[in-house]
Amino acid sequence: MNKDQTAMPLEHASSGDGVSLPDAPQAIRPTVFVRERLPGVMLPVTGVIVFIVLWWFAIRFFHIKPYIAPSPDAVAATLFNKRWILLQNLWPTAVEAICGFLLGNGMAIVVATVFVHSRTLERAFFPIMVLLNSVPVVAKAPILVLLLGNGLAPKIGIAAIVCFFPTLVNMARGLESVNPQALELMHVLSATRGEVFTRLRLPTAVPYLFSALKVAASTSVVGAIVGEWIGSQYGIGALIIQATYNFDSRLLYATVICGSVLSVLFFSIIRTAERVCARRYETRER
Amino acid sequence: MSGLKPAIAFEQVGVRFSRGGRDVVALENASFEVPESGFMTLLGPSGCGKSTLLRIVADIIRPSSGKVSILGETSAEARRARNIGFVFQDAALLPWLTVIDNVRLPLQIGRSDRREGRHTAEELLALVGLAGREQDFPHELSGGMRQRVSIARALLQEPRILLMDEPFGALDEITRDRLNDVLLHIWRETETTVLFVTHSIQEAAYLGQSVMVLAARPGRVREIVPVELQGPRSSSTRELPAFIKLCGQLRRILETC
Repeated sequence: MNKDQTAMPLEHASSGDGVSLPDAPQAIRPTVFVRERLPGVMLPVTGVIVFIVLWWFAIRFFHIKPYIAPSPDAVAATLFNKRWILLQNLWPTAVEAICGFLLGNGMAIVVATVFVHSRTLERAFFPIMVLLNSVPVVAKAPILVLLLGNGLAPKIGIAAIVCFFPTLVNMARGLESVNPQALELMHVLSATRGEVFTRLRLPTAVPYLFSALKVAASTSVVGAIVGEWIGSQYGIGALIIQATYNFDSRLLYATVICGSVLSVLFFSIIRTAERVCARRYETRER
Repeated sequence: MSGLKPAIAFEQVGVRFSRGGRDVVALENASFEVPESGFMTLLGPSGCGKSTLLRIVADIIRPSSGKVSILGETSAEARRARNIGFVFQDAALLPWLTVIDNVRLPLQIGRSDRREGRHTAEELLALVGLAGREQDFPHELSGGMRQRVSIARALLQEPRILLMDEPFGALDEITRDRLNDVLLHIWRETETTVLFVTHSIQEAAYLGQSVMVLAARPGRVREIVPVELQGPRSSSTRELPAFIKLCGQLRRILETC
């Protein structure tokens, strides 16, 4: 996107001296399109199309049975025919992922803030958090289901847990990475801890926070789906399990695509928010 | 200008700390006085405790021994009364604030009744030659301009003591000479007391009313050399025989450090 914005004036400038002005825009457009728009958008789209065609050919050529793997057109048909079932199950997963995302990251920000202000608490509790983080999600999930029952709560809990640790580490590093001379300046100004935090540490940490939130956006969806694998009646995760047990490969693939779309959508929202904020908070100095 | 009571007085001040189990002496038995509205430059090899000395005045570092008096008070009292302005080696501007907001930062910290001194933030920016750049962000400025913004920020509340830690160290010589003149102009106008750390013999001789030479390992005051140059400084000052002689004298003292 940025590329054509910068390329357009250049094209205008180079043709401006020789060609008469009114003709110039029409003459330029195709070259800009071929040089800028095509590699930027068309190449990935072409890649996807090639992939789908290869997939389609592989299914036909090797005579793969529909219960092993479906052809892309069958998946597309299922996406359309079962759109209401898919949407019905996508909705709770999205809610779980979003709630887990907010809860997990919110807690991570709070804990990072506490750690930055108390070395003692950090030394006491950081190791146990590393330990808990090293337990695989699939192992944590049954424990939470036992603890929190079978409703939304355990799924939100799992989504929150997978978001928590990466954000904690990044946020703590961001809060620590302040310019030491700016910290001394705050001291000379007799700033309180709270002022140092809001005026200096928090803005410094914003870029670090966003790189963690982007990771958390996709992992929160993974967490919610894994949570639904264990004795759930609804959601993308439950639908995946159901489709697998019924050898319904078309529904399985359609469900997986829905889950990915949710993940990508969530990631894009965070990235857009990051771009808006980065204009203000990115540390361009140094 | 009373000239009687010193703005800064050090009496047998020492700083030691342990690093990796070893006792390190950063500063030993430093005793000196800077009169009010005086301009003293600090010159010495790295590790001689110049920055440490400045940070003691600003109450960033607590001395382990000796007595420090700033404007007749303790350094902490002087700091809390906003009587100390500090200009750092790196401009230490906040990259997410505009130039004018960076200058006004001291008003955002602490009690809400904090006010500008004689000059507003805009006037100070004009004084350092940055009128019209108020709404720019730090990354849009050159190194010299950023340092001028940080000087304006340090001057905002009219501190009676201005501490400068190699503020022009990273700049080219032409920019540095020009900013030296800007600084002297500000000093004459505000009548603030300046303590200025530098690596450059020429800069130390040009700016100071006196030059404190420090020796390293352990950091200590080697000698305080009064600067006796007639009239206000200008580019021709650097060609005066007295100036050249002074630089030679400072160089010889430094060689024995």
